[in-house]
Amino acid sequence: MTSVEEKAPIDIDEVDRDFVQMIKRTGGTNIQNCYQCGTCSGSCPAGARTNYLVRGIIRKALLGLKEQCISAPELWYCTTCYTCTDRCPQDVSPTDVIKAIRNIAVAEGYMLEPHQKVAQKVLEAGHAVPLDKESWEQLRMKVGLEPKPPNASSHPEAVEEIKRIAKKTGFDKLVADKEE
Amino acid sequence: MTKRPSFIHFLGCIIPHRYPSIQKATEIVFEDLDMELLPMEGASCCPAPGVFGSFDRVTWASIAARNLTIAEQAKADVTTGCNGCFASLWDANHELKHDEELRQAVNEALAEVGREFKGTIEVTHYVDALYDTAGLQKIRKHVVRPMTGVRMALHPGCHWMRPKLVKQKDDSEKPHIFRELCEATSAEYVPYKDELMCCGAGGAVRTADLKVALDFTKQKFDSILAAGGADMIVTPCPFCELQLDAGQVEIQKHFGEEHTYTFDVLHVSELLALAFGHEPEEFGLATHLQYMQRKSEPNWERLGIKI
Ligand code: SF4
Ligand code: SF4
Repeated sequence: MTSVEEKAPIDIDEVDRDFVQMIKRTGGTNIQNCYQCGTCSGSCPAGARTNYLVRGIIRKALLGLKEQCISAPELWYCTTCYTCTDRCPQDVSPTDVIKAIRNIAVAEGYMLEPHQKVAQKVLEAGHAVPLDKESWEQLRMKVGLEPKPPNASSHPEAVEEIKRIAKKTGFDKLVADKEE
Repeated sequence: MTKRPSFIHFLGCIIPHRYPSIQKATEIVFEDLDMELLPMEGASCCPAPGVFGSFDRVTWASIAARNLTIAEQAKADVTTGCNGCFASLWDANHELKHDEELRQAVNEALAEVGREFKGTIEVTHYVDALYDTAGLQKIRKHVVRPMTGVRMALHPGCHWMRPKLVKQKDDSEKPHIFRELCEATSAEYVPYKDELMCCGAGGAVRTADLKVALDFTKQKFDSILAAGGADMIVTPCPFCELQLDAGQVEIQKHFGEEHTYTFDVLHVSELLALAFGHEPEEFGLATHLQYMQRKSEPNWERLGIKI
């Protein structure tokens, strides 16, 4: 389906020269080691079933095509399985590069709604998968445990601490519902 | 007399909130092996490495570090039964010990709540506690109900052993530790092509697009069938367990009724509890979401594990 004619040529006016440095500062330290061999994509279970191409995203990032990288919906198909990281001959750690690009995407407002909801749960309950129904407490009793575990589910002060940490890092604003 | 090994027990979210049978089985197994589990009061979400780590690295590391400070105060090494929790806590502990800039940012956030990351403890997975601390010899002595004749496929998952150069646990292309641990029960190991492939749930993919996540899982199931099938799949991770267990019901919903799979999915703690002679009722194995949702007969009943 892909042909040269269908792809727009890369417009160098769009290049963001800081993008690579941003990625390096955000955990994708070794991105510039990449020599585009494709071992990562060849190992990638996400790429085997979706249009997610880890090598392609790294190439675009190296070219400074920030907007294309951070707005791509397929950026979120990486399961962070680290198979590519274990096989990359150049020690790029593509997984960490992808996570860094995701961090930048989120900072610029590209966050999927279900992800935002999960993040909000941690700030509200201290847990991404909370003890939010009585039936879960009953399940615990059925296996012979106390209804509430000794984690944030039974320690409201822990949830307060999480909220204060998120406020300090600015994360609370990042995941807050956007006012229309 | 050597001192009784002791760990502070990080539960995370999925074990205590969705698969409590794993928590109970772990308590039973560690007690049998004379290893102490201390409650970790006020611990929160690890927070999920692929999710929070993908959102904001400093926030991820700060919330993880808050959990680590609870262990530091108790002067105890952490143990956890979740690959995701292990990855968050182990990675954060490792990165904070080596990345001065990150440590500074994290300690600034922690100062808000009167805490400080000091880097004085280690993070382990149950697999480490069982394999390194208890040891296979001791575990074998406790196997009073050998799982002979039970066909067991393994799903080691990703984050306990990868990235291999950083974690230095096992060879992620040819791992042996998890297999040896499970084989100590005398169950028959069933190799299959996609054993080392991810279950599909991680990295926020299950939340972003359930069908894509299930497509990974389906490939794994079909690969097990191609290898002659298995009675059970054993994993060291509750998130993988959720994906492989509830996933069997979800795959039918998303891909059609004809995709029927009947694998029991056990956490390694649950497998060991059975092998150590405990009855499924003692730790509530029947509460697995798959059994609850479709009321299927667990294979372990058919296999005569219930006496
Ligand atoms: S495997 Fe490494 S060097 Fe090769 S394309 Fe991927 S990131 Fe680049
Ligand atoms: S970590 Fe992500 S990019 Fe790398 S192989 Fe796994 S799914 Fe693919």
